[in-house]
Amino acid sequence: MSEKKQTEHDKFLAPENRKHTVIGPDGEEIQVDPLNDYFCTDLPKVEAPYKGVLEKFLNWARAESLWVLSYGTGCGSIELPPLFSPRFDAYRFGVAMRPTPRQSGVLIISGYLAVKTLKRVIRSYEQMQNPKYVIALGSCTINGGMYWDSYNTINRLDHYLPVDVYIAGCMPRPEAILAGFNKLKERIKSGNAEGANEYIEKLEWYKANQKKIIKDWNMPSYNW
Amino acid sequence: MNELIDHIKARFPIYDVIESQPGQIFVSLEASKLIPMITSLKTNHGFTVLVIFTAVDWIEDDKFQITYVLNNPKEKQDLGIRVFIHRDDATMESIHHLWKHAATFQRELKEMFGIDFPGSPGVDDPFLLEGWDNIPPMRRDFDTKKYSEETYFPRPGRETNDPATFMKQTLYPDD
Repeated sequence: MSEKKQTEHDKFLAPENRKHTVIGPDGEEIQVDPLNDYFCTDLPKVEAPYKGVLEKFLNWARAESLWVLSYGTGCGSIELPPLFSPRFDAYRFGVAMRPTPRQSGVLIISGYLAVKTLKRVIRSYEQMQNPKYVIALGSCTINGGMYWDSYNTINRLDHYLPVDVYIAGCMPRPEAILAGFNKLKERIKSGNAEGANEYIEKLEWYKANQKKIIKDWNMPSYNW
Repeated sequence: MNELIDHIKARFPIYDVIESQPGQIFVSLEASKLIPMITSLKTNHGFTVLVIFTAVDWIEDDKFQITYVLNNPKEKQDLGIRVFIHRDDATMESIHHLWKHAATFQRELKEMFGIDFPGSPGVDDPFLLEGWDNIPPMRRDFDTKKYSEETYFPRPGRETNDPATFMKQTLYPDD
């Protein structure tokens, strides 16, 4: 990165992420560039699926244990809590909620995404471990829905993240979300849910789209 | 409530007094007299709550209207105060010394309308729009549909099968 571009970039960085000098225990001065020194700068690699029966077995295991990140954007996050109540009982399908991206395999985008939220969503998605899947709820993630001409909400989620299953509706009821989970299971078992690898293969295109609308990109290029 | 209005009228040049509903009155005032007036209302007349504080863009008159709604919890009265400022150099005096939460309203108005409040804490920090580089989006000369189409990859619509158009094309293809 050229020097000029670096200073433009620095404008959005939090103070602790800018280049600065740290004084060590023996009084020596150490130059620190946090984005390169504290974060991993390597890009991810495609994890090719296994072949034959082994992959089929793994896909069956993955499909029967979907761990969902407890994260909601927009109005759809209200539809998710009833899913885990006795009436709808998503646990019988092997669906469970997890509190952190590191432990979860499914990211539900539940409704409209403001640009500010999209930044957090990208961070969460990239911190999740493979294999990972994305479910998009509601018409807002498909074409913008009722916010199609808003200055601050995105129109098409599939330009920023690879989406496995769309659930249409405004908002879809918990029954529809359960049907969506079953659809996702079918997709995983058939071996088509390779969203995580698709994201890595087309990483340049996704990153260009993301950086086009997130104008204050103040994090590493890929958030491990 | 009428006594209060008479009392204020004697001291401040208010005009356009409108009683929108019982116990709720809106008045207009010159922008330079605002701080003395709401300070007096807060300290002497029991209007201790700042309910809301927002702006309207009157682009035809080249003006911003800023509305302060104050509440008197003891007497159950609401008083709205409107001031008008020029659109070009939109600057208004800050009231964060009277109500701390006014700083948040002012930060929002700076971002959404571009109205500056010098001295207000954190007024230049981004509130909802991080890294915004266009004119403030709530100004009426900002075209939100055009901006969205240019920025957010709109999904092309379906082909229309409108019967009227179809019949017109079939029967009168030359038109």
